[in-house]
Amino acid sequence: MSDLFSAGFANLPDYLGQHVLLSVSAILLGLLISLPLAIAAYRMAWLRGPSLAVASVVQTIPGLALLALFYPLLIIISAFTTDTFGFGFRALGFLPALLALTLYSMLPVLRNTITGLTGLDPAIIRAARATGMTPWQSLTIVELPLAAPIIMAGIRTAAVWVIGTATLSTPIGQTSLGNYIFTGLQTENWVLVLFGCISAALLALVIDRLLALAENGFAKRSGWRLWSAFGGIVVIVGVSLFPLFGHAGETITIGTKSFDEQYILGSLMQKRLNGAGFATARRDGLGSTVAFHALTNGDIDVYVDYSGTIWANEMKRTDQPGRAAVMAQMTAYLQKKYGVLALGSLGFENAYAIAMRRVHADELHISTLSDLAAHAGGMTIGGDYEIFSRPEWRAVTAAYGFHFAKQRQYQSDFIYRAAASGDVDAITAFSSDGRIAQYDLKLLRDPKNALPPYDAVVLISAKHAHDRKLIGALKPLIGAIDLKTMQQANLMVDRQTDKRTPESVAGWLDAKITH
Amino acid sequence: MIQLENLTKQFGAGTPVVRGVSLRVADGEFLVLIGESGSGKTTTLNMINRLTEPTSGRVLIDGADVRAGDAVSVRRKMGFVFQEVGLFPHMTVGENIGITPRLLGWPANEIEARIHELLSLVQLESAAIVNRFPAQLSGGQRQRVGLARALAARPKIMLMDEPFGALDALIRDELAADYRAIHDKLGLTTILVTHDMTEAFLLADRIAVMRDGALLQVTTPKELAAAPADDFVKRLIEIPRQRAEKLAKAMQSA
Repeated sequence: MSDLFSAGFANLPDYLGQHVLLSVSAILLGLLISLPLAIAAYRMAWLRGPSLAVASVVQTIPGLALLALFYPLLIIISAFTTDTFGFGFRALGFLPALLALTLYSMLPVLRNTITGLTGLDPAIIRAARATGMTPWQSLTIVELPLAAPIIMAGIRTAAVWVIGTATLSTPIGQTSLGNYIFTGLQTENWVLVLFGCISAALLALVIDRLLALAENGFAKRSGWRLWSAFGGIVVIVGVSLFPLFGHAGETITIGTKSFDEQYILGSLMQKRLNGAGFATARRDGLGSTVAFHALTNGDIDVYVDYSGTIWANEMKRTDQPGRAAVMAQMTAYLQKKYGVLALGSLGFENAYAIAMRRVHADELHISTLSDLAAHAGGMTIGGDYEIFSRPEWRAVTAAYGFHFAKQRQYQSDFIYRAAASGDVDAITAFSSDGRIAQYDLKLLRDPKNALPPYDAVVLISAKHAHDRKLIGALKPLIGAIDLKTMQQANLMVDRQTDKRTPESVAGWLDAKITH
Repeated sequence: MIQLENLTKQFGAGTPVVRGVSLRVADGEFLVLIGESGSGKTTTLNMINRLTEPTSGRVLIDGADVRAGDAVSVRRKMGFVFQEVGLFPHMTVGENIGITPRLLGWPANEIEARIHELLSLVQLESAAIVNRFPAQLSGGQRQRVGLARALAARPKIMLMDEPFGALDALIRDELAADYRAIHDKLGLTTILVTHDMTEAFLLADRIAVMRDGALLQVTTPKELAAAPADDFVKRLIEIPRQRAEKLAKAMQSA
C-alpha cells in the first residue's frame, strides 16, 4: 500500500504541473475568444443566437469524445500544412487537449457575459453616453465593471469544468492528473484512481474558491479581495509549473497503450533509457491506433506494439503466413513506408485469443474455435472496446462462422472477471495476461490460423531509427522476456493482494533480464 | 444660441414621433418643453446632444451644425440630467461627478477642486458625501449629484428630461428653485422637458407646448395664459388654476 502511495506522490509534480499548465492555458485561451465574442454579441444582437447555439452544441459532446476528435482533425491539418507550407506540428498531446478544453470552457463565459451585459439598467447606459463616453469607454468604465460579478461567475464555472475535464486528456497523450485515474483503472489500483480524483477535485476546489473571492471582490469593489484572489492563483500556477522547467536536452517520449503490460514495458524502457543518460517523457494510455499514428507522426519516439495488430490494422492483411514471415514482412513494411525501426520481438506473444471457463468448456467438450462455433448461437461473448471493430475479429468470425447471441464490451481488466463469474460465456483474452491462469480459464486453439501471431515488438520512430545510443539501450530487451515471465509480471500488477505498481514490476523485470 | 430647424424623427416605418419642429433658444434662456407622454418632447431633447439622430432637419449651436463633428465631443459640451439620474453604482459620488472632466483629460487636482466646488453649489455636505456610493444616498441627494455631474465640465447648455419627476413634492420644489438659481448664477441656457404645467410656469422664461410630435405654441408663461393657441393648450394651462381653486376650497371648508 505504501508502495502505491509513494508512487502516487512521486509523479505528483509532473502530473499536477502538466494539468495546471493545460487547464490554465485552456481557460486563458477560452477567455481570449469568449470575452470578445460575447461583447460583439452584446453589441450585435444577431450574433447572440448562433454563438450560444454553437457553444451549447459543443457542451453536449462528451468530454472524452471531444478530446479524441481533435487528434484525427489535427493529423489532417498537419498533413495539409506539411504539403502546403512545408511544416507540420504535433497532433498528439498538448495541442488537441488545449483546443478541446478551450471549446469546452466557452459556453459559461459566453452566456454569463452576454446575460450580465444585456441585463444592465438602461438608464446607466444612457447616462454613460450622455456624459460623453465613447462606446469603448462606456464598455470599459461602466458596462464591464458592472457586469463583472456575473462574468466572474461564468469564469468560475468554466474553470471547474476545464480542470475536471482535463483529466480526460490522458488517452490523447497529454499528461495530466488523469494519468492516475487511467493507470489506476487499467491496473485495478483503486488507491491510484482515488488519488487522481481527489487531487483534481482539490485543485478545482481551490481555484474555485479563489475565483469566488475575485467575484466577491468585483461585486463589493474590494481591492484586497481581488488582489489576494489573483495573487493566490498566480502562486498556485507558479508553484505547479516550477517542476516542468529545467528539462535540458532532448527528451525521448515513450508511448504506452492502455493496459498493464504496456505500462510495465513502458517503465522498463524508461529505466533503460534513463540508465543510458536520456531524458524521458511518457505518453500513457494511448488508444491502439492512436499510438501507431503518434509514432509515425513523431509525437512519440518508442513504444511496444504487437505484430498481428500492425499486420491486420495497418497492412490490412488477412492471410497468415506464419510467425516469422509476419515479423519479417512487417519489419520491411514499416521501414519502407514510415522509416520506423522494428527493433525486434521481446520474446513473447500477446495474442488475441478466445477463452472460456475451463469447467464450462470441458462440460461442452470445447477446445478449439471450431468446437465453439457450434455453441456460439446461444452464447454471450465479452471483449474489450476495440476487438469487435478490428479486422482480426472480422477474420475470425468469417473463418469459423460465429454468430454469438450477444456481444458485451468491457474495460480490458474486467473481461477476465466477467468470464470467471459467468456473466459471459466466452471472452476475447490476451494470451500474456496472468489472470488466465489465475481464474482457470481455457484458451481455445485456432486450427484455421484465423488470428495472426502477436509478437511484442519494440518500435522506434524514424527520427531515432539510426540513433545507436538509443538502440544500444533497448537492444538487450530483445528476446529477453518469455511468455511465462511476462504473465508473472502482469499478474503482480493485476492481482488484488500484494499488488505492485508497474514501475516496481519493471524494476523486477529489469533485474531478471540483466542477471 | 440653440436652433432647431425642421427636426423630424421617425423610428422604422411608423408614424414620425417628431414632426418638423423649429425652435430658437437664446443664450441664458430657460425654455420648458411641455407635453403629454408620447408627444415627442424627450426625442426632441435627445436630438440636441445626438443621443438620437434626426431623420431630417438640423440642430445648430451658435450657428454650427452639431452633426458636423463627432457626437462624443458634442455631448461633453452639454450637461444632461434625467429622471432616473443614472448614477454609476460602482463609482463614488466624487467619481460620478468627476467623470466628464476625467474623459476630457483634466488634471487630477483640478477635478478634485471642481468636485468640491460643485458639491457646495448643489448644497451637499462635501466632506461627508464625496466617498459614498449612490446606493447610500436619498432620492433628492442622488438628483443633486446627477445635477453636479452634468455641470462638471462647465457646459453652457443644460438639457433636462423630467429631472424632478421622481422626487417627493417638498424636495422637488426645493430642488427646482435651487436649480433655477444656479441657472441664473452661471448664465446657463436650459431646455427642460416636463409634463407638469405648474413646474413649467414656475421655472420657464418661455414655454414650448408639444403635441403628437409637433410644436403647438412657444411663448412666455404670461402670454400662454392670456392667449392659448387652441383648446388643447387652453385645457393644459387650466389644470394648475383649477387645482389651485379646488385646493383653496378644500382648505376653507376644512
